[in-house]
Amino acid sequence: METLERIIAEHPFFAGLDHGFITLMVSCASNVRFKSGTSILKEGDPANTFYLIREGRAAVEVSAPQHKPIIIATLGLGDILGWSWLLPPFQWKFNARAVEDVRAIALDGECLRTKCEENHDLGYEVLKRFAQIMEQRLDATLLQLLDVYGARR
Amino acid sequence: MISTSSITEPMVPERYVFRGFTKETPDTFTLTLEPENEASGTLFQPGQFSMLWVFGVGELPISISGQPWQRDRLVYTVRSVGQATHALVSQKVGGDVGVRGPFGTGWPIEAARERDVIVVAGGIGLAPLRPVIYHVLRNRKQYGRLVVLYGARSPRDLLYRKELSSWAREPDTQVLVTVDYGGIGWRGHVGVVTTLFKYARLQPSRSITMVCGPEIMMRFVTRDLETYGFKREEIYLSMERNMKCAVGFCGHCQYGPYFICRDGPVFPYENIRPLLEKYEL
Repeated sequence: METLERIIAEHPFFAGLDHGFITLMVSCASNVRFKSGTSILKEGDPANTFYLIREGRAAVEVSAPQHKPIIIATLGLGDILGWSWLLPPFQWKFNARAVEDVRAIALDGECLRTKCEENHDLGYEVLKRFAQIMEQRLDATLLQLLDVYGARR
Repeated sequence: MISTSSITEPMVPERYVFRGFTKETPDTFTLTLEPENEASGTLFQPGQFSMLWVFGVGELPISISGQPWQRDRLVYTVRSVGQATHALVSQKVGGDVGVRGPFGTGWPIEAARERDVIVVAGGIGLAPLRPVIYHVLRNRKQYGRLVVLYGARSPRDLLYRKELSSWAREPDTQVLVTVDYGGIGWRGHVGVVTTLFKYARLQPSRSITMVCGPEIMMRFVTRDLETYGFKREEIYLSMERNMKCAVGFCGHCQYGPYFICRDGPVFPYENIRPLLEKYEL
């Protein structure tokens, strides 16, 4: 458990987080690995986990009938994967797949939600960090939607 | 630095010979021109542009994308999107092209000595920055780290793919490439170019950053660079407008108080920041 605590504390997502909060969270955490090509999460499945990526790269994909899946983002060292565990209906809205061997810390969403409800200071810290990630992804999506490299119309 | 005023007859094109092209993407080509008179070649400053005459069709401002120390040839990367660009890339080998220039300001390669050079490019914006990369790699000991962050629409839209791989193998050089949309076979990064910053081991206090791409991309990039702690005065942008005379007479490329052809195309971000958000410009 010592090691997990250190790994979580050193991950950029939790940079600067009070050590007491990390101790609280560590019981929700486990080490996971995904071989290149394997599915990490699947659209529509219950969202019970999020991942702190430590190594490798994962692709977030959308797929539509009769179309090949489109990769809309890749995530690597220092990134987090998944926030659907945080908000109802707690279901994944995208697929994610390892495009390289991935090592990550998985945090049990239900366990963490319970701890956040019990300790609102922890909840606020977690929510602030996710809000920042959401803002960054929203910005990136906006730029993506603008299709800035396309021919001018 | 070579400036517009050093050209004795700026409005008179020199005759160059079209020596061939490389197809970079389905609509983008890299052309090589050589002076018809071998003694009349020209050096240029990374970031400068030429006016290329396609005789009988029209004239185009195109950034020079080749090696700045090569006097005997000029290299341009052109996206074929209109009549004149299409005519340019459809030239027969041995055909004539008129060249005026080089014109405009270059990238701050002197100010960047001893510092990390951060190159942020989007789409065909890598073309005006390629001479900077050539220059830094040729004068490697005079510069700190070279970081190239390059974004394109999709894998098929990436320029200079072989060179990107070879630059990445150079010492003290980090090359990160991303695409906005990746097909299932693409194994690299997917996401807009700003998403690369977090992987780039940036040291803002010892860096000079040079940015070129669509204007809206540069707005997002500069905003994020500031968030990362880069100082405005150490960020440079290359701007693009409809340039005609290239020497600041005609006013076609007026941009607020500046003429892009004469005062740019490379500007310190600090100077043009207030203009970037004015949609009328």
